[in-house]
Amino acid sequence: MSNIILEIDNVQKSFGGLKALSDLNLKIEEGKVHAIIGPNGAGKSTMLNVCIGQLAPDSGTVTFYGENMIGKAPHEINQAGISRVFQTPQIFPDLSLLQNVMIPAFAKREGAFKMNIFRSLSNETEVQDEACHILEDIGLTAQLHSHAGSLSRGDKRRLELAMCLVQHPKLLLLDEPTAGMARHDTNKTIDLLKRIKEGGMTKIIIEHDMHVVFSVADHISVLAQGTIIASGTPDEIRGNPKVQEAYLGGAHL
Amino acid sequence: MKKAPTIKNDILVMLIFSAVILSMPIWLEPLGASYPDLLQKFAIFGIFAVGYNILFGLTGYLSFGHAAFLGVGSYTAVWSFKLLTMNILPAIMFSVLLSGLFALLIGFITLRRSGIYFSILTLAFAQMFYNLAYSVLTPITNGETGLQLARSDPRVIDRLFSEAGEGLPSTDFFGFAMSGYSGFYVCAGLLIIAFFISQRIFHSPFGIKLRAIKSNQTRMKYTGYNTRPYLLTAFVISGMYAGLAGGLMASTDPLAGAERMQWTASGEVVLMTILGGVGTLIGPMLGVGIIKYFENIFSALNEQALHQAYSFMPDWLANIMVTITQPFVGEGWHLTLGALFVLIVVFLPGGIMEGIEKIKNLFAKKTPEPIMLEKPLKKSPETEK
Repeated sequence: MSNIILEIDNVQKSFGGLKALSDLNLKIEEGKVHAIIGPNGAGKSTMLNVCIGQLAPDSGTVTFYGENMIGKAPHEINQAGISRVFQTPQIFPDLSLLQNVMIPAFAKREGAFKMNIFRSLSNETEVQDEACHILEDIGLTAQLHSHAGSLSRGDKRRLELAMCLVQHPKLLLLDEPTAGMARHDTNKTIDLLKRIKEGGMTKIIIEHDMHVVFSVADHISVLAQGTIIASGTPDEIRGNPKVQEAYLGGAHL
Repeated sequence: MKKAPTIKNDILVMLIFSAVILSMPIWLEPLGASYPDLLQKFAIFGIFAVGYNILFGLTGYLSFGHAAFLGVGSYTAVWSFKLLTMNILPAIMFSVLLSGLFALLIGFITLRRSGIYFSILTLAFAQMFYNLAYSVLTPITNGETGLQLARSDPRVIDRLFSEAGEGLPSTDFFGFAMSGYSGFYVCAGLLIIAFFISQRIFHSPFGIKLRAIKSNQTRMKYTGYNTRPYLLTAFVISGMYAGLAGGLMASTDPLAGAERMQWTASGEVVLMTILGGVGTLIGPMLGVGIIKYFENIFSALNEQALHQAYSFMPDWLANIMVTITQPFVGEGWHLTLGALFVLIVVFLPGGIMEGIEKIKNLFAKKTPEPIMLEKPLKKSPETEK
């Protein structure tokens, strides 16, 4: 068995009377694509929010490479090597595509704060080339200098993915990367995810689209009512009656 | 990747800017605005606005308290004239330093909040400074009278070289008097340096990160940036610019009063920046030029001048026109400014720079969209000149 890089241990989170996460335990193996599925309101996004420091859990720990992530600021967690693609694309709408990707690249190189006031941006060829390369990979080179805000929703998602990939994170969190995409775009995204899978980057992916889940995941966990009810390989999950009942409403995949 | 043109562009913009500023006494002559007092105002407020734009234009944080730094700069400069020397170099150095320290302190506290709460906090601080200058700080600020020079001031550095002369000494920059045209050229030189630094910041990785904070601060945090120090640095830099402007105000007219710190002074720089074009390099300078020029013209007009202006009309029409226009001139100049501001914000939210861009597009007969695609690398549309 390979390394466990992220460990969620007994995490609890309530919003008022609502228990969003209860006794959540999850181990993520290095180099694997780990899919989290579950019905709406199961706590999938809450789980990711806890991982990136957006939400503080009521109790429990999240350890990443043996280091406790609870109580750390979002930028520290990112610098530790966790990047996230949000459910609604979080990009810089007023900047060009290239700049959108260069900014995370700078964060990776320069850390959380650097006061390089007198360096000229046009001399940063390395960062520029790196950003161009990623954008090319993702298929967005045509609009390199247009405002990111003018992109279609699907392209914004892909741009956000590029922004995360340029940081070469140790762990990439994807929150419904294909939600709201047309079939054609979804397939492109699947191809892309498969390709970056070969790079060995560990990923947690939350997805409703079973087609996407079963094409990219090595391991699937099913979340219902804030806790993991089943975990296993895609084949095991497909055949698990508990899952079918909780999530798929008894229908067969 | 083409990159040479941008640096070349920057240098070109810099050269044109310097030429335009330094030749102001010549090309403003026909406009009747080439006298030194007004020119000095252009340069000094230019520094103020260019610096303010680094905070407001790049990060989007709207500070209503920058007049406080202007005041700090002025008082510091006058104290330097009183205690050390009439040379403005130490005066403006201390102005910049001290206002930077104040900005660090105020920024540290106010930047814990964003949006309207940040604006209110900065306004509160500025008003606090204003009131302190009138009350407990009177030993330093000389209250309502304002801080003035006196013959009996120690001026220790000057005393090393010469005895105290008759009458009040005047400020200078290594022999260049700070009054008249030489004063303008000193201010203009500093404006050009200030503009150069602002241009470097705009086109540095640091500048683009500030823009990114304005665009989506949440994304910035989850991208691994600690945004607070970035904002604080921008705040301190703009505070130092304001301090420099304040120091120069005191240098051209060695008197510091608390009214310089009133909220209207903070409001004025916001107006100038928005009028010219927020987040553009040249915009704030244009805003300064227009506001100060028209302030100069409109506030000087009175009823008599209006009658003269309308003398070509029949009497009854001239009388009506005078009645209509009178509230807008003289004391009522702020009414004109207000109306102008409303028009700009409603029709050209990007300020004059947006207007220029629109006219350029009109002549190029292109829609704005493709032009955006052809923008040279690394230049956001606003910085395009």
